[in-house]
Amino acid sequence: MKKNNKSVFFIVSILILAFAVSTLFGFSTYFGDIETVRIKGVKDIRLGIDIQGGVDVTFKPEGDTDVSENQLKVATEVMKARLVSLNINDSEVYNDTKNDRIIVRFPWQAGEKDFDPEAAVKELGDTAELTFRIGDEYDVDEEGNITPKGEVVLTGADINAAANGQQPKSEGGTDYEYVVQLKLNDSGKEKFSQATGQLAGTTTPLSIWLDNEMISAPTVNQQLSDGTAVITGNNFTYESSKLLADKINSGALPFNLETVSFKTISPTMGQGSLDAMILAGIIAMIFIAIYMIVLYRLPGFVAVIGLIGQVAGSLAAISGWFGFMNSSTLTIPGIAGIILAVGMGVDANIITAERIKEEINTGKTIDSSLRVAYKRAFTAILDGNITMILVAIVLMGAFGVPSSPFAKLLKPLFFAFGATTEGVIYSFGFTLMVGIILNFLMGVLCSRLMLTSLSKFKVFKNKKLYGGAVK
Amino acid sequence: MKNEQKIYNFCGNRKLVASIAVIFVLLAVIGTLIMKVDVAIEFKGGTIITYNYVGDINTKDVEKVISDTLNLNAKVGAGENLSTGENNITVEFTSKEGLSAERQNQLSNALNEKFADNKLEILDSNDVNPTTGKEFFLKCLVAVLFAALLIIVYVALRFKKIGGWPAGVCSVIALFHDMLVVYVAFIFCGFEINSNFMAVILTILGYSINNTIVIYDRIRENKSLMPKASLREITNAGCTQSLTRSVRTTVTTLGTMLIVSIVVFASGYTSLLSFSIPLIFGLISGAYSSLFVSTTVWVAWLEKAETKKKANKSSKK
Repeated sequence: MKKNNKSVFFIVSILILAFAVSTLFGFSTYFGDIETVRIKGVKDIRLGIDIQGGVDVTFKPEGDTDVSENQLKVATEVMKARLVSLNINDSEVYNDTKNDRIIVRFPWQAGEKDFDPEAAVKELGDTAELTFRIGDEYDVDEEGNITPKGEVVLTGADINAAANGQQPKSEGGTDYEYVVQLKLNDSGKEKFSQATGQLAGTTTPLSIWLDNEMISAPTVNQQLSDGTAVITGNNFTYESSKLLADKINSGALPFNLETVSFKTISPTMGQGSLDAMILAGIIAMIFIAIYMIVLYRLPGFVAVIGLIGQVAGSLAAISGWFGFMNSSTLTIPGIAGIILAVGMGVDANIITAERIKEEINTGKTIDSSLRVAYKRAFTAILDGNITMILVAIVLMGAFGVPSSPFAKLLKPLFFAFGATTEGVIYSFGFTLMVGIILNFLMGVLCSRLMLTSLSKFKVFKNKKLYGGAVK
Repeated sequence: MKNEQKIYNFCGNRKLVASIAVIFVLLAVIGTLIMKVDVAIEFKGGTIITYNYVGDINTKDVEKVISDTLNLNAKVGAGENLSTGENNITVEFTSKEGLSAERQNQLSNALNEKFADNKLEILDSNDVNPTTGKEFFLKCLVAVLFAALLIIVYVALRFKKIGGWPAGVCSVIALFHDMLVVYVAFIFCGFEINSNFMAVILTILGYSINNTIVIYDRIRENKSLMPKASLREITNAGCTQSLTRSVRTTVTTLGTMLIVSIVVFASGYTSLLSFSIPLIFGLISGAYSSLFVSTTVWVAWLEKAETKKKANKSSKK
């Protein structure tokens, strides 16, 4: 970092502040009264039931179906997995085995635009049994309800994993379409190979159904025995193919459900606790800023800019500011993750600033003090933060959706446990991970760039500004 | 300018460090036995009853009536039925066997008497199983232990210079020390063991390990800078050099949590105190354990290994 010009400070700090402002306020364009959110701001963050309240839906088995305790438990787990794949990280799912009820709670606030609770309830209550059937015949009853007739070849239980992807529309073509790719397990592999062998070359299609809805009915050209299958659908989009893959992965409910009641619930932490928390957050931020600047002067000032960037970045990761990341739900444990990461950020700055002070007090010039201090402080910061990342990976792997990369990584460890998806703990891991990455970016890289650049100015050539002893 | 700082003795008070640890273990055991540890409904199971009502009702008053008549710690929330538009309150409490019909009548009668104007009507009553229960705790435990193992391996690799494995194990000992303090703070403050508890434990896990690593880093550096110094000397020097940083970082995080506690207390959202207050205890413990516990145990370990080596050598001769 030899070529550090004076202008670097302004470029970096203005970028950070612009980023912070855009995450706080978002950016919307208006066409008459219609607001289109271009960049999601803090107000678009979905908050957990503990802070914001939500809805409570009670499901029961359809009609008088008698279900076993075990089936109810399976259904509860499926619900949990579905909630997480719908990006609802914060949820409570209870079951009452005496009355055969499943109670699902998730955050929602009246007037929320981006989230339709009724659609979510529909997604949750869907049986989502995937079937591959021979032929595409079906019965239609008087009410127009469709029931598929063909012999079942494969069900969701024969599928190991599903993922959405893209493939050319025609062999060798350049036009791509979205598809859902299936990896079959051993039983599925055999059955699929047999069925495709039987149908190959005939005009009888192999139809693919989700409950009573036919997704597609392709004809089979050749026997497929490699244990993979692809669902091409009419007009799959990225979202719809991902939704289907997620649904297949979270499994089918063992029975049909109907809604008993659907009601709102108040925040468990108390109505209005959000305002108290925002107030506390602002006061705490001011306290940290004053404390850092009083203690460390110039390095402290630079640290504050970095911390603002770090907090903004954490919020941005949750609000969906980054296009490639879905928005998720902010809960108290999620806030704890941010607090921990910010604490690590403050610590990184304090470690560095203390080092700068030490180096300056040994009589080195400002330039070489800064260089040496950043280098020496970095080993401690690196080790501390890497351990945090390890912790975050374990938590995200243990409590995330089973199909996520971290969960797959840790599968050998947690194989004995069911897929206990615990969104609340996952969200702690998530905000921690994001916060630590930001810490490297803001607390280490940006603060170094800014401070080194500032030190080139004549006005800042005073050792006292870096904590040097007053002579 | 050479600043001759006084070096404090951090790793020499073995008895004190051991006594403090023993006190907290005893407090945790005694506390678990004699205090009524509240466990949240999602972990223990319980009963959820929904009542329809008309007019206005204060959920805090309902909670009070329930704790007075039934001696139950209930959580009462307000809501609105999305299909009928009726107002309702949800009463939740943890219980092992659910609520008997008799007790449920008792509850309904008490509520109807006290809130006659609200025409309370029972809508739904469910005895729910723990949503997460034992398996969740077990999984948490495996996750924490696995994370601890990863930390030990990482520290062992990165701090080879100062005897990696003992350093890794000692940093995890300090970590469990702090988690124990958080647990004691939780039960003695009478807070419910809920997801806030998990959040606090995990946060302290992070802070604690970071604190210890920063100090080990300084010891690692001193090892090359002061090749002739004894183990105790480089350790004490490392702690003294990091003292300002430890104090200042702790003041920042502690100050933040104090601000949060004061604000939520002043505005009446005391439920958030179950998050901020145990964190304060954990932060203090974290600062203490990284300076004293992780270093004392580590030095004791290495010194013992050293004497053993010597003893082996002399016996071989």
